[in-house]
Amino acid sequence: MFKKTYILFGIAFLLQTVVFGQTNKDMLHIQGGSYIPLYGRDSVLVKVNDFFMDKLPVTNQQYVDFVKQYPEWQKSKVKRLFADEMYLINWKNDTILNHTERLESPITYVSWFAASKYCECQGKRLPTVDEWEYVAMADEELADARVKKTYNEKILSWYEAPRTNTYEVGRNPENFWGVKDLHGLVWEWTSDFNSILITGESRKDVDKDTNLFCGSAAVGATDLMNYAAFMRYAFRGSITARYNIKNLGFRCVQDMPIE
Amino acid sequence: MKTKQHFLTLCFNCRQAFIAFAFITLTACSNKNKKEQIQAVDIPVNREMIAELTAPPHVPTPVGRRKAKKLIVDMEILEEEGEMTNGVSYVYWTFGGSVPGSFIRTRVGDEVEFHLKNHPDNKLPHNIDLHAVNGPGGGAESSFVAPGHEKVFSFKVLNPGLFVYHCATAPVGMHIANGMYGLILVEPEGGLPLVDKEYYLMQGDFYTKGAHGERGLQAFDMQKAIDEKADYVVFNGKVGALTGDNAITANVGETVRLFVGNGGPNLVSSFHVIGEIFDKVHVEGGDLINMNVQTTLIPAGGAAIVEFKVEVPGTFIMVDHSIFRAFNKGALGMLKVEGEEDKKIYSGELRDDIYLPEGGGIQTMPVGDSVVEEVPLQSLEEQLERGKQAYMQTCFACHQSEGQGIPSAFPPLANSDFLNADVNRAIGIVLNGLTGEITVNGETYNSVMTRQSLSPSEVANVLTYVYNSWGNSKKVVTTEMVEKVINQK
Repeated sequence: MFKKTYILFGIAFLLQTVVFGQTNKDMLHIQGGSYIPLYGRDSVLVKVNDFFMDKLPVTNQQYVDFVKQYPEWQKSKVKRLFADEMYLINWKNDTILNHTERLESPITYVSWFAASKYCECQGKRLPTVDEWEYVAMADEELADARVKKTYNEKILSWYEAPRTNTYEVGRNPENFWGVKDLHGLVWEWTSDFNSILITGESRKDVDKDTNLFCGSAAVGATDLMNYAAFMRYAFRGSITARYNIKNLGFRCVQDMPIE
Repeated sequence: MKTKQHFLTLCFNCRQAFIAFAFITLTACSNKNKKEQIQAVDIPVNREMIAELTAPPHVPTPVGRRKAKKLIVDMEILEEEGEMTNGVSYVYWTFGGSVPGSFIRTRVGDEVEFHLKNHPDNKLPHNIDLHAVNGPGGGAESSFVAPGHEKVFSFKVLNPGLFVYHCATAPVGMHIANGMYGLILVEPEGGLPLVDKEYYLMQGDFYTKGAHGERGLQAFDMQKAIDEKADYVVFNGKVGALTGDNAITANVGETVRLFVGNGGPNLVSSFHVIGEIFDKVHVEGGDLINMNVQTTLIPAGGAAIVEFKVEVPGTFIMVDHSIFRAFNKGALGMLKVEGEEDKKIYSGELRDDIYLPEGGGIQTMPVGDSVVEEVPLQSLEEQLERGKQAYMQTCFACHQSEGQGIPSAFPPLANSDFLNADVNRAIGIVLNGLTGEITVNGETYNSVMTRQSLSPSEVANVLTYVYNSWGNSKKVVTTEMVEKVINQK
């Protein structure tokens, strides 16, 4: 009797994992944890829950499918409140890209509103800054590779390389979690991208009682590892939700189902 | 302005300040500067004008007697790859496509409407802090602009002088280290006195992953920048931006005005022109004028205006007199002056024992051995190309661009009987240096050539280049030949 129950349990468990695996085949399970972000001090540990993250950034092809299904997000129909004039500026018309663009490249020239809606329509959402940074601190081997010299060098060299947005997705190696292209392709939208106050006057931020107070202080000789992250925060601080930028795409995440 | 307020609070409380202000204005306060500033705020502007922007070493037309205007400045930010020195490239971040950025010329009272455009291809947000602005952040806060966007802000220029502008986006040091700085000149009413020639130069220090001269695309090195260990210290963004064909020029008898800035990010410049004395220096770019100056100190994030009359013809070398920066890291420019000799002022016979130009590499005195070896080469063509690069870095300063040398100081390599007579001797000289009297094409030379720190293949390349140029015997020197000479010792 007991044995039977065990077996049943076993089957149920197997079944669940199989089903689970199928529904999330393009997403990867990220095991939660806590870490000290750029702006943090020892006392400011950020906690991240378990979640699923898209393996790859959303591609042009996927976005074409999206606007066909939701015509209100087509280039000619989108509300100006949700996306400025640059929205999908590299598209020939509402559903076709310019011939210079590739379908397997990451979608860019999308606003935060559009990106949020896209994720919502897939039953997903945009990652938070904390979630994004948590996954992005991994390299191929370590979940937190920030202390490694090579990790930062690679990222910084991308920040200096022009026109990476024309590459196809998936050309960078999988990181510790199996996620690709967090670095080396395009910037990515996050749900709360503007929650960190960067005023544009980064030296003044040093004196401000905001998260970046510590961020600025951290960029001392002892803390080189945050340099790359600091540039991401600066970038996020420079944009607003209506902007559509050539080097800015996105990917979605999903919460763990409540059991 | 600050001094005034301070003075006022000493004497009166805040409510009375306004009355006091009016009183001082009426009674024409004794301090001239204060008076100018009060007036500057009130100078009316009429008409709009698009500002002329120029890339270094050129400057826009002087303001002359023009009235204060609304001045539209259109500045585009570009991140692009450029050449640091022969064979070495670097991704520069620029205001207006050049390092230093475009020169802006204004006059006191102008209302500048600044349009800062961040090119859509750029990766990063940027902004601009102009030291000529009276306002928080010097405009940085109002100009923080994402790629593919344009920010507009305006300011009235109140203080005359030469001011630095730079990017102030985090990480600030990195943005400056990649070339994001330039100069804005504010001329007083009526303009600066007219001179014959005006030029724009700006020093900057660069930090690369590879050592000085290491070929290929070099990335920015944060650690070196923090340690303040510059690989390149240059004028106008690259080695050789002001030498050879790029040298600035003047004629005998003309007065030359140089607008000299220092972008940093780290190093302070000891600006000096070899063979000239500055008749006039606007110290730190301000009102204070010092006369008869040999070397003027330019702080990082500061500037100076220097003026001098050129009395005799010749090539005048501009350096940061922290002299290893000049001869080994690139901080060297040239002013070529043409015209009649004046034997009374300068008798001739060029001898320059102290500032022996030494080229780019690190030198050691004769003796010693072992240099890092490079990858062997394939074709003669490649050998010539690399040889030329090595020549321009190492030999050019003395033997000159066409191998003509400098009469009675440095022997010619062009059509040289001494060179063509013995290839092994030539290899030996490059490897070990040479001191003492020699005769080349009938002329006697008695000078010093230091031992050059070149690898055997570099020696082979540079000699092959020399032998295949300027009417020489077209010999090809191989790495083996060089190694043979090394082993003979």
